[in-house]
Amino acid sequence: MSQPRTPPNGARDELSMGPAVVAGRRPRGAVWDALFAGLTRTAAGLVLVLMAAIAAFLVLRAVPALRKDTVNFFTATQWSPDDTPPAFGIGALAYGTVVTSTLALLMAVPVAVGVALYLTHIAPRRLAQPMAYLVDLLAAVPSVVYGLWGLIFLVPAIGPFSAFLSERFGWIPFFASDGIFGKSMFTASVVLAIMVLPIIAAISREVFRQVPADHIEAAYALGATRWEMMRTAVLPYGRPGVISATVLGFGRALGETIAVALVLSANYQITYRILTPGGNTIAANIANTYGEAGHNGRGALIASGLVLFAITLVVNLVARSVVARRKDLSGAQG
Amino acid sequence: MAKRIDISGLNVYYGSFKAVEDIGMTVEPRSVTALIGPSGCGKSTFLRTLNRMHEVIPGARAEGKVLIDDEDIYAPGLDPVAVRRMVGMVFQRPNPFPTMTIYDNVVAGIKLQGRRRKSELDGVVERTLKSANLWGEVKDRLAKPGASLSGGQQQRLCIARAIAVEPQVLLMDEPCSALDPISTLAIEDLIRQLKERYTIVIVTHNMQQAARVSDRTAFFNIAATGKPGRLIEMGDTHKIFSNPDERATEDYISGRFG
Repeated sequence: MSQPRTPPNGARDELSMGPAVVAGRRPRGAVWDALFAGLTRTAAGLVLVLMAAIAAFLVLRAVPALRKDTVNFFTATQWSPDDTPPAFGIGALAYGTVVTSTLALLMAVPVAVGVALYLTHIAPRRLAQPMAYLVDLLAAVPSVVYGLWGLIFLVPAIGPFSAFLSERFGWIPFFASDGIFGKSMFTASVVLAIMVLPIIAAISREVFRQVPADHIEAAYALGATRWEMMRTAVLPYGRPGVISATVLGFGRALGETIAVALVLSANYQITYRILTPGGNTIAANIANTYGEAGHNGRGALIASGLVLFAITLVVNLVARSVVARRKDLSGAQG
Repeated sequence: MAKRIDISGLNVYYGSFKAVEDIGMTVEPRSVTALIGPSGCGKSTFLRTLNRMHEVIPGARAEGKVLIDDEDIYAPGLDPVAVRRMVGMVFQRPNPFPTMTIYDNVVAGIKLQGRRRKSELDGVVERTLKSANLWGEVKDRLAKPGASLSGGQQQRLCIARAIAVEPQVLLMDEPCSALDPISTLAIEDLIRQLKERYTIVIVTHNMQQAARVSDRTAFFNIAATGKPGRLIEMGDTHKIFSNPDERATEDYISGRFG
């Protein structure tokens, strides 16, 4: 860190801003500093303006449609905004969105954390590097590809598994079924889980990699096995990062449009029977119906988009408060 | 509790590089043995072979014999985890777990052994922190993060964490090198108290410290960069510091090199 700025032979290092520059009347760096500060300030301000503009646009377009709505927008489960009189509600859509995303996380997070732990603390280096690269690559695959894979491969393949679940565990209400499987909320959740898994794994891996060697050695020196070392030193240290990764994955799952639209046979009912075809999500509903929607229909869809925005916001706030509550013990040293 | 350590014919390698060669020594129970020598002479590497911590580093391996009260810690089938429960370690930089409270740091090792009864843990925390001369300073804030303490307090917390599991041997790898003089004295006082119950081996770059706290001193050296470190001389501390047998030892002690 504290290498000499000037090589001993007196030759000036080309990259160094040595004393000769500072000695000038007004350092040239200060102008660039001010310019750069201005640029970043403008960029930050632009984001706020954009956000406000989008929010204003959404509200302006949503309100007229909402005014004409003849049922309770928050609780109703039908979606006929272009009928006369218009009747549409977010109930079933919001329910389906939250349920599929939550199920997806329940499946994805444990696997992703396992993958990240394996890549950082178990796998031999020459295997870990290419595998980490693969995980990053998976995170970058466009969702339509996952959607197509889900439609062509997963929907038929998941039938027997769903049937098995329903037969064995049908006494649990979620797994009850009338014998038709396939394009269900469960299938959509599996596709979403596979989609968000690489993101959560990639971020968790980055966090786990930053666990200081000191803490790992401390755990080993106390007589921890490898798993105990991870439980004592790695997992607690990475906890805030894993929560952030989970929220990011949740956000992606909530907003996922095309993959869900492809694998879910949509309807507007609230059902807890996740193995049976049916259900819908806000984003998939926008993709499925926007083309045929009339003026009021589009306003209604924009209103549904606002609700999605609100859900995402709430999830983020909750996650932030969870992380902040244990800030003292987060491992971040001041 | 304290046990004797017999080391013979010990070589340590990092990959194909031989870091330490042919070490043989005996460490007496209930005593402090200081390892001194110039940087890179393998004293920390050697220290880590006494609880098999070197195995955490990929490619590191040791050959030879290390007997702790006649039990070979390199015996085939012996789990290094079992060795480390018997031989505790304190590191150069204080490293309490930042995600844990002071209380949880102290009992971290005990919990690994599956002992979780609250009343038992409470007793261990008080007893151990008293042994580590830290109880008075932290008894009212046991639920605060371990990282909220000063550097010297953190290091005493780490010592408490190491002795909470009641090891036979305590290894210290330059435990004061990141601390100010006052904290250093506090740790040295603690070392003198602890040697009544534990066998202590300490690596130090500070020769006054070696002279102050240790009963016996071992001097390590390397012939040249890239050559393995060797044990040059070992003896009673006052003899090593006043009248060593080897010329190299005298040169090092008197500050002529290193």
